[in-house]
Amino acid sequence: MNNPQLDVDGYLRHLLSIEGLPKRILNQILDTAESFVGVAEREVKKVPLLRGKTVCNLFFENSTRTRTTFEIAAKRLSADVISLNVNTSSQSKGETILDTVDNLIAMHADMFVVRHSQSGAAHFIAKHVPEHIHIINAGDGRHSHPTQGLLDMFTIRKYKPDLHNLRVAIVGDVLHSRVARSEIHALTTLGVPELRVIAPKTLLPAQVEKLGVHVFHDMKSGLKDVDVIMMLRLQNERMNGAMLPSAQEYFKTYGLTQDKLGLAKPDAIVLHPGPMNRGVEIDSSVADGSQSVILPQVTYGIAVRMAVMAMLAGGQGSGSQAGSQV
Amino acid sequence: MKIQIKNGHVIDPKNNIDSQLDVFIAAGKIVALGQAPEGFIASQTIDASNLIVCPGLVDLSARLREPGDEYKATLVSELQAAVAGGVTSLACPPDTDPVLDEPGLVEMLKHRAKQLNLAHVYPLGALTRQLQGKVLSEMGELREAGCVGFSQANTAITDTQVLWRAMEYAATFDFTLFLHAEEPFLAKDGVAHDGEVASRLGLKGIPSAAEALALASILRIAKETGARIHISRLSTAEGVDMIREAKKYGVNITCDVSANHLHLTEHDIGFFDANCHLKPPLRTHRDKDALSAGLKDGTIDAICSDHTPADDDAKLAPFAEAEVGATGLELLLPLTLKWASQEKLSLAKAMALISQSSARILGVAAGDLSLDAKADICIFDANEYWKVVPSALKSQGKNTPFNGLEIMGKVKATLVNGQVVYQSE
Repeated sequence: MNNPQLDVDGYLRHLLSIEGLPKRILNQILDTAESFVGVAEREVKKVPLLRGKTVCNLFFENSTRTRTTFEIAAKRLSADVISLNVNTSSQSKGETILDTVDNLIAMHADMFVVRHSQSGAAHFIAKHVPEHIHIINAGDGRHSHPTQGLLDMFTIRKYKPDLHNLRVAIVGDVLHSRVARSEIHALTTLGVPELRVIAPKTLLPAQVEKLGVHVFHDMKSGLKDVDVIMMLRLQNERMNGAMLPSAQEYFKTYGLTQDKLGLAKPDAIVLHPGPMNRGVEIDSSVADGSQSVILPQVTYGIAVRMAVMAMLAGGQGSGSQAGSQV
Repeated sequence: MKIQIKNGHVIDPKNNIDSQLDVFIAAGKIVALGQAPEGFIASQTIDASNLIVCPGLVDLSARLREPGDEYKATLVSELQAAVAGGVTSLACPPDTDPVLDEPGLVEMLKHRAKQLNLAHVYPLGALTRQLQGKVLSEMGELREAGCVGFSQANTAITDTQVLWRAMEYAATFDFTLFLHAEEPFLAKDGVAHDGEVASRLGLKGIPSAAEALALASILRIAKETGARIHISRLSTAEGVDMIREAKKYGVNITCDVSANHLHLTEHDIGFFDANCHLKPPLRTHRDKDALSAGLKDGTIDAICSDHTPADDDAKLAPFAEAEVGATGLELLLPLTLKWASQEKLSLAKAMALISQSSARILGVAAGDLSLDAKADICIFDANEYWKVVPSALKSQGKNTPFNGLEIMGKVKATLVNGQVVYQSE
């Protein structure tokens, strides 16, 4: 199976999912991002890498946060940015995803940042665009959210540089989470030796252990001695129904409180992709506490997205080259 | 019109023929095998040297998309595809638009197919009105109009009371019910096997248990009512075990598997190949092996194409939104041969699974070369390789997961009612 994300020379052509990307590319993205962290602290928060390029944020599913960070990232690279919210339900029957994309290509967009409610949407678009167009997946259904996975890795690396000696736990709704899938692939690719998922059986996909994780159903044993806790968001619609009896019961069993955090290593860090449901998956005292790295995640998210865009459109996928121009 | 097919290797599983013989046809029927009847002067001679001459294939499930979905495919295009694939008789499911639940629609379909004079079309009538699983259709009337059995297509009857009555009523008149075993609540919104691949790709899964649960109800009620049931497109190892067990206890049941499921698994979805979005979903290697074993030991009675042509646009969408199904009529023979050669099965045994056996299930006179039978014949080269090129298929549906595959077994000519209706270039 050839990898649709890499070109014939092994350079990054699209960013669709973490799965299928070699460790070399992941590290290259993270290293490149390192060089962009400082940009935001300058007086002129801009570098000219994408000057003259048009980045199109194409969101078929609502999002403020992710869209905004991509917008900022593109603008800091001096790209022209268009953001489109295409409400799928109002998408008239005639206009398909590809029609929308084709129209924007005809207006000379160079790069698309795509979010869609269907798993595989980004792969689908990538398969049908001309060679010079780059696609960044900003979330497709339950499948993948690679820049989130990457920014989580960047954050972990900042606080825990030796990834080969880490014990990581992902807690919550893995079944519906594209973030969890991206994190799992990123962590296993980067060589994290012990990866756990903690959730009730209703929120775990079939044969999840085949993704390379140890499965736990209770926080007590799952969080014991971990270095990193990655919380997942629980969507409102899953809180009451056949998946879970109530948000209260979920919080009691799987919500991250100071008590439960005490089970992890004393210097453990806590991540969350946002937006948080305080009092459902995470207690405010933890979210705002000293072990939380949730806000740094957001900051680093911009640098990581800049790195991805720069590598895709800036110069032949060469991280060091993009970095040296900063 | 008198035709002599000479020097071909004749395979007719029903009559245990597997040798080089000439076939003599007059007035649309087979009049002799081997020696020419007295005074027989052929007006047309077909040289079948180095070719196999066998009964025209009988397909248990081929969607023709008429009435209603002519933009996907038409009777003409699909019946041309059928004969190009050596298929001379086929059953079509009732999920057309409108649904085949009225005798008039069935008569019209039969009439139109007959006029085309290509493959014989045997419609399956809707078991319930509008396929809604609530009110029985007029099975007697539909039978008279030409339905050979009754089906819910891909939908299920969720109300077991209705399922029970449907079987009782069908059993009264000895009608066959063609049922797809999938419990609809467990399968809701599912698009792939609930396993490793679906988990990885973030696709909603359909667990194997959905098939087992539906089968459990169907088998139990069939046992109670004595209805004759055919399970369409079995997909799981557990399903094969259940059918094997049921047959042992004398339940009146037959079943088939699609050619797709003999060759593909969930892993073929790769990076969201919409052509692998099938119903039932492609399952695991273990399931594929069990289906194969079930077919070999007679638990599974036949192979169908599950021909489902779709227009290009219908497949041009993210995996879950892409239409279900694959075109299949032209691939039934080569995919069956490929499977048989992998399993080291004789040609005669393989051919029985796509002719004699399917004809028996449908209860139609087809699938054999008996004297006085309709001369529906397929002549093919068992050793010729060809490459699946979607644009070269006769079917209007170019949707196939086998794009680019080199396969063996090329149809050279097809006869229906003693007339050559297809000849390869």
